[in-house]
Amino acid sequence: MPEQPLQIIALSCEHCAYNAADLAGNLRMQYPPNIKIVILPCTGRLDELLVLHALEEGADGVMIAG
Amino acid sequence: MTLIDHPIIDQPPIGAVLVVGGGIAGMQASLDLADQGFKVYLVEKESAIGGKMAQLDKTFPTNDCAMCTISPKLVETGRHPNIQIMTNCEVVNVAGESGNFFAHIHKQPRYIDPVKCVACGDCTQVCPVIVPDKFNQSLSKRNAVYKLYPQAVPNSYAIEKRGIAPCRDACPAGQRVQGYIALIREGRWQDAMRVIKMDNPFPGICGRICNHRCETACNRNLVDEPINIRALKRFITDKVYAEPPQPVTPLPISFPDQPVAIIGAGPCGLTAAQDLIRAGFPVTVFEAMPVAGGMLRLGVPEFRLPSEIIEREVQEIIQLGIDLRLNHQVNNLDDLFTQGFAAVLIAVGAHEGIRLPIPGANLDGVLINTRFLRDVRLGKYRPSDKGLIVKADALPLGKNVLVLGGGNVAIDVARSAVRLGCKVSMACLESQGQMPAHPWEVEAALAEGINILPSRSFERVVGNEMGQVRGVECMRVSSFSFDESGRLTVEKTPDSTEIISCDSVIFSVGQRAGLAFIPDDAGVGLTTRKTIAINPNTFAATRPGVFAAGDSVSGTSFVIEAVDSGHKSALTIVRYLKGENLEPAPKPELPVVQLDRQEIDERIARGEIKRQPRQPLINLPVNQRIDNFNEVESGYDDASAQAEAARCLACGICSECMSCVFACGVNAIDHDMLATDEDLQVGAVILAPGYQVFQAELTEEYGFGRYPNVITSLQFERLLSASGPTLGHIQRPSDHQTPNRIAFLQCVGSRDANHDYCSSVCCMAATKEAIMAKEHEHHLDIQVFMMDMRAFSKGYWSYYERARQHYGIKYTRCRISAIRQEPQTHNLIIEYQDESGNLCQEKFDMAVLSVGMEIPEATRQLGQRLGIELDQYGFCKTDQANPLETSRAGIFAVGPFREPKDIPESVIEASAAAAAVACQISPARFSQTSQIEYPTERDVSNDQPRVGVFVCHCGSNIGGYLDVPDVSQYASSLPNVVHAENNLYTCSQDSIKHITEQIKEHNLNRVVVASCTPRTHEPLFQDSLRMAGLNPFLFEMANIRNQCSWVHSNDNLAATQKARDLVRMAVARASLLAPLHTIEIPVQRAALVVGGGAAGMTAALTLADQGFPVHLVEKDNQLGGNLRFTRVTLPESTNIHPIAVQEILSQLISRTLAHPGIIVHLQSEIVSSRGFMGNFTSSVIHPGGATTEITHGTTILAIGGQEYRGPEYGYGTDPRILTQQQFEALLTDPTTPDLKQSAPDSVAMLLCVGPAEKYCSRICCTVAIKNALLVKQRNPKSQVVILYKDIRTYGFKEQLYTRARQQGILFIRYDDEHPPQVLAATNEPLSIRAWDPNLHRMLELNPELLVLSMPVIPQPDIHKFSAKFKVSVDTDGFLFEAHVKLRPVDFANDGIFMAGLAHYPKLLPESIIQAQAAASRAARILSRSTLTAGGSVAVVDQTKCTGCLTCVRICPFNVPKIQSNLLGIGNIHGAAYIEIAVCQGCGICVAECPARAIQLMHYTDSQLNAKLAALVNPSLAFIPLTALVQVDD
Repeated sequence: MPEQPLQIIALSCEHCAYNAADLAGNLRMQYPPNIKIVILPCTGRLDELLVLHALEEGADGVMIAG
Repeated sequence: MTLIDHPIIDQPPIGAVLVVGGGIAGMQASLDLADQGFKVYLVEKESAIGGKMAQLDKTFPTNDCAMCTISPKLVETGRHPNIQIMTNCEVVNVAGESGNFFAHIHKQPRYIDPVKCVACGDCTQVCPVIVPDKFNQSLSKRNAVYKLYPQAVPNSYAIEKRGIAPCRDACPAGQRVQGYIALIREGRWQDAMRVIKMDNPFPGICGRICNHRCETACNRNLVDEPINIRALKRFITDKVYAEPPQPVTPLPISFPDQPVAIIGAGPCGLTAAQDLIRAGFPVTVFEAMPVAGGMLRLGVPEFRLPSEIIEREVQEIIQLGIDLRLNHQVNNLDDLFTQGFAAVLIAVGAHEGIRLPIPGANLDGVLINTRFLRDVRLGKYRPSDKGLIVKADALPLGKNVLVLGGGNVAIDVARSAVRLGCKVSMACLESQGQMPAHPWEVEAALAEGINILPSRSFERVVGNEMGQVRGVECMRVSSFSFDESGRLTVEKTPDSTEIISCDSVIFSVGQRAGLAFIPDDAGVGLTTRKTIAINPNTFAATRPGVFAAGDSVSGTSFVIEAVDSGHKSALTIVRYLKGENLEPAPKPELPVVQLDRQEIDERIARGEIKRQPRQPLINLPVNQRIDNFNEVESGYDDASAQAEAARCLACGICSECMSCVFACGVNAIDHDMLATDEDLQVGAVILAPGYQVFQAELTEEYGFGRYPNVITSLQFERLLSASGPTLGHIQRPSDHQTPNRIAFLQCVGSRDANHDYCSSVCCMAATKEAIMAKEHEHHLDIQVFMMDMRAFSKGYWSYYERARQHYGIKYTRCRISAIRQEPQTHNLIIEYQDESGNLCQEKFDMAVLSVGMEIPEATRQLGQRLGIELDQYGFCKTDQANPLETSRAGIFAVGPFREPKDIPESVIEASAAAAAVACQISPARFSQTSQIEYPTERDVSNDQPRVGVFVCHCGSNIGGYLDVPDVSQYASSLPNVVHAENNLYTCSQDSIKHITEQIKEHNLNRVVVASCTPRTHEPLFQDSLRMAGLNPFLFEMANIRNQCSWVHSNDNLAATQKARDLVRMAVARASLLAPLHTIEIPVQRAALVVGGGAAGMTAALTLADQGFPVHLVEKDNQLGGNLRFTRVTLPESTNIHPIAVQEILSQLISRTLAHPGIIVHLQSEIVSSRGFMGNFTSSVIHPGGATTEITHGTTILAIGGQEYRGPEYGYGTDPRILTQQQFEALLTDPTTPDLKQSAPDSVAMLLCVGPAEKYCSRICCTVAIKNALLVKQRNPKSQVVILYKDIRTYGFKEQLYTRARQQGILFIRYDDEHPPQVLAATNEPLSIRAWDPNLHRMLELNPELLVLSMPVIPQPDIHKFSAKFKVSVDTDGFLFEAHVKLRPVDFANDGIFMAGLAHYPKLLPESIIQAQAAASRAARILSRSTLTAGGSVAVVDQTKCTGCLTCVRICPFNVPKIQSNLLGIGNIHGAAYIEIAVCQGCGICVAECPARAIQLMHYTDSQLNAKLAALVNPSLAFIPLTALVQVDD
């Protein structure tokens, strides 16, 4: 068991996945708090270096939603 | 002197437009107009825009989420500076004429100020009223205060008031009965008490002795029994009074110099005293009696009203700081004014009993009701073992008592006497049934052994020689009446005299006020009835400063009336003392809600109301009550009170309980908001009022409203929606189980006797719903019952194919006439005849009715008020040549109001109407619009980051689930943060201003707001940066509501920690944000239109009429395109006006050629086109080979299509086999005057030929039927047979189909398994063999002619052509739009638009409309002198670029170019260039560039990496200032 809670970064397109996460909030759906959503202008902006960088810094997982 | 003739100058048009209806069409029209420089008033009757599309789950044929696609449009409309959204509004009428209208708008109050409302939703948390949610089609509930849907624009709540509940209306004091009942249902006892006390300081008293007229008025009477309101009121007071009273603190006095005297400490006087001291006036109450409470305390017996309750309620008022003077009789009114009172309220009640003037009335032993009751209350009569003990100052009471009178007071007197041990009789004038006392009082009296002697006259009191009462001489009364002046006439039965013996007589025949203290010269007038004369509106007596209220003006009445007059008189006194007009200010005039039988029945049918009688109450048994003064009635317990409260029908919807007012942190709620009217001056009107779905409950056969599992398609959309009532789970309404089998019934409210039209969308909508249902629940078995599959538009046919092949959805051709329900399971049984004629029966768990489109009554009325022509169904009439203009010039109609249609066509019409409007009012462009002025931007590029953090509580939305002060304190500890604070609502008007001030005060150069989502709120906060002179890109948001507090609401600690993390990440990125600037690029204000057919010419004329120069390029040597081959359009039918096509065409051609703004290039073609929106350059090759260059800001492609001429069915082998176009030419050939000759005796038509097997060519069915009707018109004996797969006469074209069948045209269906066979041999008759699925046999036809409906196909060189403009085409070769639903005439490339057959087959009016729409989109660009570009775009660092072409290949918008004049890495020629005017900012090139030579501004590697690093590593040192360069290393 890790001592620190897992840190998951969700890289999300501002046009779809980010909106969906907002709607999940409107509907008061619950999910674990160790998911942090980072907005991107489009998942097209996402390059592998960004993912690797997050993992290198110590993130436990990266989720891409777009 | 000569007279000069002044020419009449036309009044210039008004540069504003009224758009009616905020659905997708209304929004699109508004946006197009606003972008073109017109002011738009968008009027919507609901509380938010969005219309029907906002209710849909997905859209066909792309399965895009409807809300996801409409949401950006909503936000854009809401934020557009030139669009004023007017919700809750309706157009009353429109005066004036085209160019200069006056529109009269009526605005219903929203009761919430949308400017102040921050949409935190705290109001809904406390609203106790629950009503069906109409947005969810009543599948769920919502509160009376509501937001239409989560993404609603304006993002504001509204309160729904239907009117005043009848209970409240019946109550003299206007008690908010529905409100406190709802609060009792929720178990909110204190809140319920607060609501009662708002209108009534004596709830404990009224809960016992009020005559509850509210219950008589209760609408629940129509269901079973009224709500037991009185018992509920008593319940709540008992509940609250069981607790010790909270100490009351005296109120501050604001007006010490204006004391008010109140005479009388009864319910009226005390109510007024309370209100006056609350208003800040000192109050002295003079009471003649030794106790306060008036009649309550001294006139109502203890067993009905315990003293302790009176005492408690009286004290709660007195303790507010009232100077109460008991035993203080006012003897003279003038004295009070001499003492310095500024106003006097007379509220002395009616304490003087009346002694009838009959002989013996003054004998010993005659008592008076009021005095008797008072003495009982004051303890002057006390029963004991030795008999009755009577105090010396009270009159003695005998053993046998006779009460004279039949009212409520008489009953109180009699029941009190019973309790003193007397034997009691009552005699009254009335018969027992007519006694003025309430029946339940009479009943209680009888139960307690009181002998009632009705219909008696009182002749005299009989005494003995000692002068003591021995009885009363009475006569029988046969009838009596009062004349107009109140005089009594009694008919007595002769010889009926009797003496009723008794020891004591108590008169109880009425009471009146004692007004002896008002001398005749006091200036206070009295009425003939010896009450004080007042103005009934103001309670002012004839002497200034004197007011009178309560029983002393009205005569005896009930407590609640005294309370009411106490409130009202106090309000007037306040106005009097403040020197204001005494008449009360106007209040919202709401109707009283009287439910009718029909509505009750419907609500019962829908299961909203369940029959359930009153919760029973228990009375003390008679044997336990007649010897004491204990309370007779016991109240409810918690559970039964809540169950009783749950029976309330919530008639008024909002009950005005004011809970929301207390909960609202920004004071946005105003329950006194009034309806307002406004006149708007506009140049044109666009009507987009939309449709309603067919009201399926009105039809018996489908069981909707009776069978719970029969639902409408709109309800099914809500069930599928992730934000719907079941969060996207498909559940049967009856048992909330997932169904296994679903049936869709098509054409419910379409294509029937009452609706001779096709609703156009239902076939595809049902197919989409079926597909989505299968996506949700793979096991579902779905069957669609339909007549024809109308998949007639782009991509629809393949969508339908996918539904059948891939999803296994079954389609059955039949019309279902009835559904039965299995009573136990609520399963549904559908019987139908299949195509072979077999009778089948199937069982389903659920049935979805594909309800058609109708025009609501309100829209019909609007049409009538506006004076525009509607058809029999309420649809707006327009003609085909000018398809959007109504019968009244300057008023346009779009969307389903004109004809049922789907979203893209509504959007196209909306844009087209905007263009039609712009043509008429273009001189007034930019005359009514405004722009916001911002201060000059401060240069912060060399400053150290100074970050300000603003953390929002969002009322309780964030603050309720995480520790906001902790987060803001934490923020202040972060690097670069120089200021952190928390706000109740960061987005409220004053907070926005406050941020601007804080930026200046703390010299902030970066701002972080931790609140909700940037998707809705970022532009708002960026505005406050701009107002402070900061670049808007120096802003970052942390979404700690939608993505934190709301989704982790059960873990305060974790949510707080996450909020800290999100703020830290935001601060890290904010520190690295750089200012970004946009540039203005000049626009080439001319248009290029390619294609000289109807669409091209219409587009060109629409732009040229607005003053924009147009180049029209046509490859042929003449204008006209395909329209040259069309001779007639649709024959006349109910809705469809015929038009002379060639006349229209020649008009179009001559106008185009003559227009000074249009340069026509015939026999010319485009060689190449380059540039970007606002700045295109195209070369044109002219006849002879010369080329010229055209510069233009926008391009419209209208290159048309052609009729397919393939070899199918023997075409080309036999002159008797023709296409429809050829056949039409033959029929209308002017050189064959013999009509008979041109119209053959027998014709067969064959539909869906060649490519039409793969896509529906949309127009063939209509054209075939049109030509078939033409044959019939020419040669009525002609036999016409149409072989078809589906007849797709969508919209009003259905009427042609109906007419064709009526005229004997034969329709024979074929399918792909049995295609017709055509045999053509010279000298032989034509032979067509076709399988008839109904008759089950092969038919052979031998027509004179076979006409093939060849589909429209794209131009053969379409791919070469599209390459020149770098636009996309779809798999069928038609031009491919940017978004099939919402950008139907745009290409993905900005600045290029499409119209006509090149987009898809369409009829002439549709082409004209699409051309106008394309012109509208183009005019958005041409109407501006510059376009703004830049901001968050990709920027190339050419010193790193290797010119590898990766970006060029990957960009979906074809933006990057390798330019040879640019030097790349190592000074090699050829580096990438990205035109910022075209860059869409997606960042794909950035991610793909192998040399990392491209950065996306605002999302640079360092900015994103800082955010990621800050999450994982809280202690990470923030990257220093040097990283703040435009392009990262």
